[in-house]
Amino acid sequence: MGERVVGRSVRRPDLIEKVTGAAEYCVDVTMPGMAHAKVVRSDRAHARITAIDVADALAAPGVVAVVTAADIATLHARFGHIIADHWILAPDKVRYYGEPVAVVVAETVAAAADAVELVRVSYADLPSAMDVDAALADGAPLVHEESYDATGDESFQNLSHVDESATAALSNVAHEVTIGWGDVDAAFAEAAVVVENTVHFPMLYAYAMEPYNAVASFHDGALTVVSTAQHPYMVRDDLARVFGLPLSKVRVTSPYLGGGYGSKSYTKVEPLASVASWVSGRPVKLTLTVEEAIYTTRVDSARIRVKSGFAADGAILAREFDIVMDSGAYADNSPLVMAKAVNRCFGPYRVPNLRAHGVSVYTNTSPASSYRGFGAPQGNLAGETNLDQAAERLGLSGADIRRRNLVRKGEEILPGKRGIDADLPADLEMVVESLERDRKDVPYYGVGFGCSASDAGAYPISTAQVRIQIDGSVLVLSGSTEMGQGSRSLLAQVAAEELGVDLSVVTVVQSDTSVTPYERTTGASRTTTLVGLALQRACADARSRLRDMAAELFSCPVDDVRDLPGAVAGPDGREVDFGAVVRQWFGGSAGEVTGVGLLRRDGATQQMPPFWEVGMVGVAVQIDPETGVVAVDQLVTVADVGFAINPRAVEGQDLGAATQGLGAALHEELVYDGPQLANANVVDYRVPRVTDLPRKIDLMIAERRDGVGPYGAKGAGEGTLNPIGGAVAAAVARATGRWPDRLPLTPERVWRLISTD
Amino acid sequence: MTEPSGPPRVAVTVDVNGVSVSRQVEPRSLLADFLREDLGLTGTKVSCELQVCGVCTVLVDGRPVSACTFLTADADGAAVTTVEGLSDGRTLHPLQESFVDNFALQCGFCTPGFLMMAKALLDGDEPPDRAAIVEHLEGNICRCTGYQPIVEAVEQVAERQRGGAHG
Repeated sequence: MGERVVGRSVRRPDLIEKVTGAAEYCVDVTMPGMAHAKVVRSDRAHARITAIDVADALAAPGVVAVVTAADIATLHARFGHIIADHWILAPDKVRYYGEPVAVVVAETVAAAADAVELVRVSYADLPSAMDVDAALADGAPLVHEESYDATGDESFQNLSHVDESATAALSNVAHEVTIGWGDVDAAFAEAAVVVENTVHFPMLYAYAMEPYNAVASFHDGALTVVSTAQHPYMVRDDLARVFGLPLSKVRVTSPYLGGGYGSKSYTKVEPLASVASWVSGRPVKLTLTVEEAIYTTRVDSARIRVKSGFAADGAILAREFDIVMDSGAYADNSPLVMAKAVNRCFGPYRVPNLRAHGVSVYTNTSPASSYRGFGAPQGNLAGETNLDQAAERLGLSGADIRRRNLVRKGEEILPGKRGIDADLPADLEMVVESLERDRKDVPYYGVGFGCSASDAGAYPISTAQVRIQIDGSVLVLSGSTEMGQGSRSLLAQVAAEELGVDLSVVTVVQSDTSVTPYERTTGASRTTTLVGLALQRACADARSRLRDMAAELFSCPVDDVRDLPGAVAGPDGREVDFGAVVRQWFGGSAGEVTGVGLLRRDGATQQMPPFWEVGMVGVAVQIDPETGVVAVDQLVTVADVGFAINPRAVEGQDLGAATQGLGAALHEELVYDGPQLANANVVDYRVPRVTDLPRKIDLMIAERRDGVGPYGAKGAGEGTLNPIGGAVAAAVARATGRWPDRLPLTPERVWRLISTD
Repeated sequence: MTEPSGPPRVAVTVDVNGVSVSRQVEPRSLLADFLREDLGLTGTKVSCELQVCGVCTVLVDGRPVSACTFLTADADGAAVTTVEGLSDGRTLHPLQESFVDNFALQCGFCTPGFLMMAKALLDGDEPPDRAAIVEHLEGNICRCTGYQPIVEAVEQVAERQRGGAHG
């Protein structure tokens, strides 16, 4: 359709900075006079703190301060954007092994680490609830004695305005969501086949390779923080509440992030570094180890019971889901993760009768929060393996039962929500064709499909600015964060396209709450679609201002000024480039023009969700029956993105997401052994390595211009992860003849599937 | 700010990216910290601190080592090459070019380690084939890309080497 810059796999400028080592990450940032922090952490799962003795630590060489809860009692010393239950430092009791109890500030990291050993914390142990069964049992010890009102998805008002009124907690249920429609019981009674199964989704760690870190400076009633936050504006809001500061007095900046995958959403170590600076009067840097990062945020594990009724032809009549998530000691974003799991578990299918119920449960374990896919990987494993088991019973193929039930373009998945903006049956055929083409006829070989659709984009509030310089070059400002996904390059493409300027003169500046305009979050695959739209509006606004200025210069009505690439033309045909318009209007060869783009829930983005993110994958596995090792023979994905602004970047997101999905499907699981994790390190928590590469990788892109975003684009980056687990489980079931009920499918588990009668 | 009196120090002289550097360091000083904090060469990153992720890989006398667990004192008298030493400051090293061209990185945090590991392989006698590349890079973790573009990026440079050797 005539685009010049978008739709091409242009080289990403940020990659050049990154291959030279020049790119600045948070961990590289220093501040003048900076001290270093190390955290004293709880060494038990649930205990009352009876005393903290910091005298020896304070006397140690190089120690500047030791901060405990008592030192910050005058602050609002809790955070949490849904439920403000997360204490910066444990005040009276610890709720999980690894919880911060004190912060040591010293001249060097080594001095701080040495002094951590000298802080003596005395505890009185409490009974602990280490898993959801223990936490939900009668008489279970309460992780939180007080409960705070939580809100579910889309109650945006409530999401941002924490209800401070606490009531006595009656249970360890942090949050509960139920959705449904129709008459499920009647439909089950009529069904030709009813299939019920229970699956277990493992406790995961996102392992963004740059661990959480932050450097904070509290000075003259203002707070400046550089951190690894995906959502610097959300962190700013939390910090402003902690210190009682106006939002304008808190500046949060996120440089390049060394990976995020959702795990750097919301507030993590920023309050610890900030209170350390507030107490010590020095800028303070805090960098976690990987072990500490695992104890900061992990992924919700889940147990999901699913029951579905089918007509004899394979049509779904009813589905029922019961989801229990282990959300750990603090709610963080788990209520929303659980709400999304409830929204997404039943799949992009025609489900005439539905009952889906989920609870997010507090346990004395590491707090869980957002992770790529946001509840979808958990729920999808249940829904898809249930569908495939039904297909077996009905004598249908995995592809046929999906053909029978997938929603068609425009159909609603959730009543009252945007109809699906994708052609799922067509996407499925692309996967089937590729998988079947290379299917091998060998023993212990199986294929599996996975379909998902996620209500993506989060809440549509985005702003963007473009600043046209006197030489015609362009600055793009966005509060979104570059964490590897490629938004910095992609937004430059959009601006170059809209303004008709060369890509090389566009520079994108991101994620600084005092410089770049408001962006609610960088998550839910929203940036391309929502920031892209805001940026298009900003470019249109800049063009409008330039036309107004040119009309003055030409002494003509503004309607007589025409847009040209990088320039305007007057009624006499005279062409003036952007830089010249700015220079001549201001005079004196100086000045600039700013275009502003604002996006809210209105017009094209009125209906929720802003778009549906599709996950459509196929895998083929080959199993070594002697060892149970699963080799991935084929990985086939379709990115249904509407329009790929940078196709290679889309493929990169899809393969990356699929690989993380394969990690969860085959290798990754955090395991609690008593109060602490048995494998809180990258040796024992095994993530995919290059030797695990699938033999065949087919990354396809479906471009039907059916998204609300620029040029018909929709988001990508999560979708392909979501259905991988179910697809692998189905493939393993077909290869072994037995259905697994949990991930990861480690060699031992697969060997047992094969070897057990 | 005065440095607190601490443990004794040892003198080291290290050639870092062609520049001779002499410093007094704590015996427990790790090469990664020496490079990043003492010399300000922050291109080398640190992640697992257990020698299993490969992020902190640098070359010591041409051999890849994990700087997170390598004592600075053990680099005394050695030549250390970091990611900052790959390019001459004007043109990118062929591996750097190839990584950018092949979208072989996203967040880029693991990239310095992959580049140094790949350089060690390509500096060998024979240009490696795909299997040798995969085997050689097994100790480097990337969470963004899914590895295939990285293997292809290194493969392309190896192919060009082979072409150069034979043509």
